[in-house]
Amino acid sequence: MDFLNPVVDGFGVVLQPVNLLYCLIGVVIGMLIGVLPGLGPAATIAILLPITYGVEPVSAIIMLAGIFYGAQYGGTITSVLLRLPGEASSVVTVFDGFALAKQGRAGTALGVAAIGSFIGGTVSIIGLTLLAPVVAEVALDFGPPEYAALSLFGVLLVATVGNGGRTKSVIAAGIGLLLATVGRDTFTGASRFTFDSLNLADGIDFVPIAMGLFGLGEILYNLEERHHKVQAPAKVANVWPSRHDLKQSRGAIGRGSVIGFVLGVLPGGGATLSSLVAYAVEKRRAKQPERFGRGAIEGVAAPETANNAAATSSFIPLLTLGIPANATMALMFGALLIQGIPPGPQLVSEHPDLFWGVVNSMYIGNILLLIMSIPMVGIFVRILRIRPAILAPITVLITLLGVYTVANRVFDIFLVIVFGVVGYLMKKFGFEPGPLVLAFVLGSVMEKAVRQSLLIFGGDVTGFFTRPISGTVLAALIAVLALPGVRYLMRRKSAARDKELV
Amino acid sequence: MSEVFDEEALRAELAEDRPPHAGPWSQLGAAVVTGLIGVAGVVGSLGLGLGRLTAPGPGLWPFVVSVVITTLSVVLALTGRRGTDTEKFSRASVMTAIAVLTLVLLALLLPLIGFEIPSLLLTFVWLRFLGKESWRSSIAISVATVAAFYLLFVVLLQIPLPRLI
Repeated sequence: MDFLNPVVDGFGVVLQPVNLLYCLIGVVIGMLIGVLPGLGPAATIAILLPITYGVEPVSAIIMLAGIFYGAQYGGTITSVLLRLPGEASSVVTVFDGFALAKQGRAGTALGVAAIGSFIGGTVSIIGLTLLAPVVAEVALDFGPPEYAALSLFGVLLVATVGNGGRTKSVIAAGIGLLLATVGRDTFTGASRFTFDSLNLADGIDFVPIAMGLFGLGEILYNLEERHHKVQAPAKVANVWPSRHDLKQSRGAIGRGSVIGFVLGVLPGGGATLSSLVAYAVEKRRAKQPERFGRGAIEGVAAPETANNAAATSSFIPLLTLGIPANATMALMFGALLIQGIPPGPQLVSEHPDLFWGVVNSMYIGNILLLIMSIPMVGIFVRILRIRPAILAPITVLITLLGVYTVANRVFDIFLVIVFGVVGYLMKKFGFEPGPLVLAFVLGSVMEKAVRQSLLIFGGDVTGFFTRPISGTVLAALIAVLALPGVRYLMRRKSAARDKELV
Repeated sequence: MSEVFDEEALRAELAEDRPPHAGPWSQLGAAVVTGLIGVAGVVGSLGLGLGRLTAPGPGLWPFVVSVVITTLSVVLALTGRRGTDTEKFSRASVMTAIAVLTLVLLALLLPLIGFEIPSLLLTFVWLRFLGKESWRSSIAISVATVAAFYLLFVVLLQIPLPRLI
């Protein structure tokens, strides 16, 4: 049982009071922003990046991770009580959650969602513990061609699976890759796209880009008229679900955990997609599918379990391959780089304290969240009454002053404003900022891998396809990209046949 | 089929809060802007030198990326005109413009007169004019916010922010 030693040591790291405190801070912030509609986990993590400079790496990542999975718990509350999904991953919860609330069973819905989230999260952490070291072990042998293929796979999959038009998302990703080339070329030392500005000589920093596009961009976008009619939240009573409710949602929680874990690992999958799939699966399996949408408890249990499981398992590609599976993981990637720890397969062996500390902190975080979601849910419901108009200027100040403190440079404030405006305009014109930030983060890794591969192959591009792993990854990528085209052709064929029949 | 139906009903309802889409010209405009970025990237990378595949120059990678951006922008211009994912600018967009102005003002004034007065102005404008809070609560909240920031950044964390006091 030697492999368990670092796992146990990881608990030693988490149980240090400082790390417990950061874990608590993280999950409380996550829960809060999950409850408050508007700012998502990606925006919040972006805004808080400057804080992580002054904190130990383990504590910083523990806190940021807590924000991410904490938001999955909090997002449920607004879905159920206000019919307003706090997070994209809680959209499907609205159907049955709000129906239950109207029947006076809001408490039951929240209780089952919290228990489901806890189980889903915990199953996923166990999966992460078992799977991650194995993947990392395999990935240690990866060379530049494999990394080139994997990062291309990651960027394109996130761009095409995510919401928003595919063409636009890939364009955004391309611009992210282009922005990553600003600064000194590591191979030749040439200055690229710096326009002779000293501020750009070392390239554009990740922090202002992330804070601008995700944080400020989202705040500016939300300023515009999106003042939802504020409803009085439904009364919450009886959060402890009955034995009957639990029995009814048992299967949904089990299947949701597995679906969430599997989809969370895939690039572009993540919490939102897995919640949709888990809901659809439950509805298809149900003996009386017409109950769904009218207050079926499984309709709350399945997506809430799945989104939390996915939030946890999406750490696997980041911590073992150094490839972020979604936009929030791209921010984690950036946070690790800030700490001087490049994420990748060597993380498990070279920084076991960080790896296992973060993984094991999730057990603690999930327990804390379960406590906050069931006995303390009333406190968070009260927070729903805070008006977004009051929060906006405070978050803006945190953003602007925060980015200044990173290097005491006013230039960084202007960068955040510029990228904030860009982020706002992107949203107005139907571009998602997620693929851009993800591509920016992976940009330099990807370029380096491609150029090294070209050197290895002696300029022969087909080399990417003939190596077994990179070839498989690229083949899978082509299959995924071709899928909608094939489907479209088949639909047209069958439509044509239908016409002939008429 | 019915789950698709449900979802669409909800999407439609959530979409009600969004302003109307901005039509084909906005799609074309977006394609032109990204296309120009792509072309600028192509020109810039050619200037840097592409090198050869056996010895890639500094411009090769940005060149490939820029060609992809340009090509897809052309695709967007040709096929995306009927898309409905753009939003019209409305009178509310003026609020966003004012908001950006306050941000720029803060960045300009910060090194000159410290963070206190610009921060106070920013929070007040956002609360009173962008958030339509009452005069009294706008004043109270903005003063309290700046005081809290002073306590946190200056007294507790001792971060060297430019300041008056």
